[in-house]
Amino acid sequence: MPDMKYSIFSLARNAWSGHKNWQPAWRSPDPKPEYDVIIVGGGGHGLATAYYLAKVHGITNVAVLEKGYLGSGNIGRNTTIIRSNYLLPGNNPFYEKSLQLWEGLEQDFNFNAMVSQRGVVNLFHSDAQRDAYVRRGNAMRIHGVDAEILDQHALRDMMPFLNFDNGRFPIMGGLCQRRGGTVRHDAVAWGFARGADMRGVDVIQHCEVTGIKRDKGRVTGVETSKGFIGCKKIGLAAAGNSTTVAKMAGLELPIESHVLQAFVSEGIKPWLDNVVTYGVGHFYISQSDKGGLVFGGDIDGYNSYAQRGNLPTVEHVIECGLAMIPSLSRARVLRSWGGIMDMSMDGSPIIDKTHIDNLYLNAGWCYGGFKATPASGWCFAHTIANDAPHELNSAMRLDRFRTGYVMDETAHGAQANLH
Amino acid sequence: MAYLINCPHCGPRTTDEFYIKGDASKQRPAAIGDGTMDAWHDYVHIRDNVRGRMAEHWHHTGGCRQWLVVERDTVSHEIYAVTPANTWKATSRKGSSTPARKTPARKTPARKTPARKTGGRAKT
Repeated sequence: MPDMKYSIFSLARNAWSGHKNWQPAWRSPDPKPEYDVIIVGGGGHGLATAYYLAKVHGITNVAVLEKGYLGSGNIGRNTTIIRSNYLLPGNNPFYEKSLQLWEGLEQDFNFNAMVSQRGVVNLFHSDAQRDAYVRRGNAMRIHGVDAEILDQHALRDMMPFLNFDNGRFPIMGGLCQRRGGTVRHDAVAWGFARGADMRGVDVIQHCEVTGIKRDKGRVTGVETSKGFIGCKKIGLAAAGNSTTVAKMAGLELPIESHVLQAFVSEGIKPWLDNVVTYGVGHFYISQSDKGGLVFGGDIDGYNSYAQRGNLPTVEHVIECGLAMIPSLSRARVLRSWGGIMDMSMDGSPIIDKTHIDNLYLNAGWCYGGFKATPASGWCFAHTIANDAPHELNSAMRLDRFRTGYVMDETAHGAQANLH
Repeated sequence: MAYLINCPHCGPRTTDEFYIKGDASKQRPAAIGDGTMDAWHDYVHIRDNVRGRMAEHWHHTGGCRQWLVVERDTVSHEIYAVTPANTWKATSRKGSSTPARKTPARKTPARKTPARKTGGRAKT
């Protein structure tokens, strides 16, 4: 297996040989007959789980099964934003753990993920909205997370192009988390895949799980497009396809699958230094290192397994963008894409055991899964290795919908498409 | 793409005129009280999340304000039928993912709109 460490020296060495001797970053192994742990889903969360299973818990006889190619799902379909500005006690420490893992991730897995802590600003437009953001900022600071309220003057210095003096929705200020920012999303998949592979994990692409075999109340393996693979434990991390995969084990989830679109403009000169979100409609935007403006908004609203969206939502997102930054009208949209979100009934995720002893579930990320990638993998690995949740994911239980301990950040109720 | 919904009362309208409630296969439990917790949990939280043909409640908030049942495919986004909710009967309450029929079973009492022969079938 390749264990070439990336460094300035390896770069120089390979430059001398004309860059002809770089090794593949991970192997393409055939599945073994049996593994200690099988992770279903080779997206960011599945790969991170395998990485931390191997690195933290020393469990290396692990396979990650991906039905497509690495980076083909939501890990390559998001708007790359990381932050930990959550309100609820069950969520905030988890997302803060994730942000801390992001901060050390590149050194940890020896891969350039272009982690850029450029600051995330949520705009507010009314006294009531300001109060809500002050409350959220205070909740963050109680948990030891950085948060500050910026007034309009500070914002004018940072982002002079915002539509401050809109008659109906003037921009009064914003809640700013300076440690938030962006990460190159596909490098996250590659970095975790390489890190897991180096430690002995088999990352098996183009291997679709078609059934989960059970015997005497335990799972014993999976039927796949590459044949049966036995295992001692299974972790499901199938994002938008969670329902389909969980059904193979007789598990019904409080989840609906919805399509979320994202967009990128043509490349322009450096212009937008931060991540900024609109407080009137749902809109968030940042600028990639290539110069493209990366932005998105609401989900389309209807159940969908198609990785493409619809024109009314495109129009709605662009309208929000223009209302917030009128000069966006001069930029041309280069491309758009859709990803399938596993929308849970309270807007919060699930990392938990299931009714089957050796089957574990990681799902319900709504459209906040990317920022959670490292902590999700870290906590899921802990849950699988110890057969019990870590304190950080102890509120993300599967049975909370039955018991009433839901975590509804936006207080929308059990309506998946409103979260 | 599921872009136009052929409302039986208003004709073809874009999706953003509608509020989408979701899965129409579940029936509201009749009673509240001891022993009904499981039924309510199932009704409130466990929606069918079909990959394929599915029936959903849509509310035409930007038009006639009537509740409709839209039967469509969640992969291809093709729409098979749009029926007023009060006349719609699920073929089997739990099995809205029945295989696609070639023609919609229920003719929708849609106004005659040009170039739309089959009931409720809309494509863009």
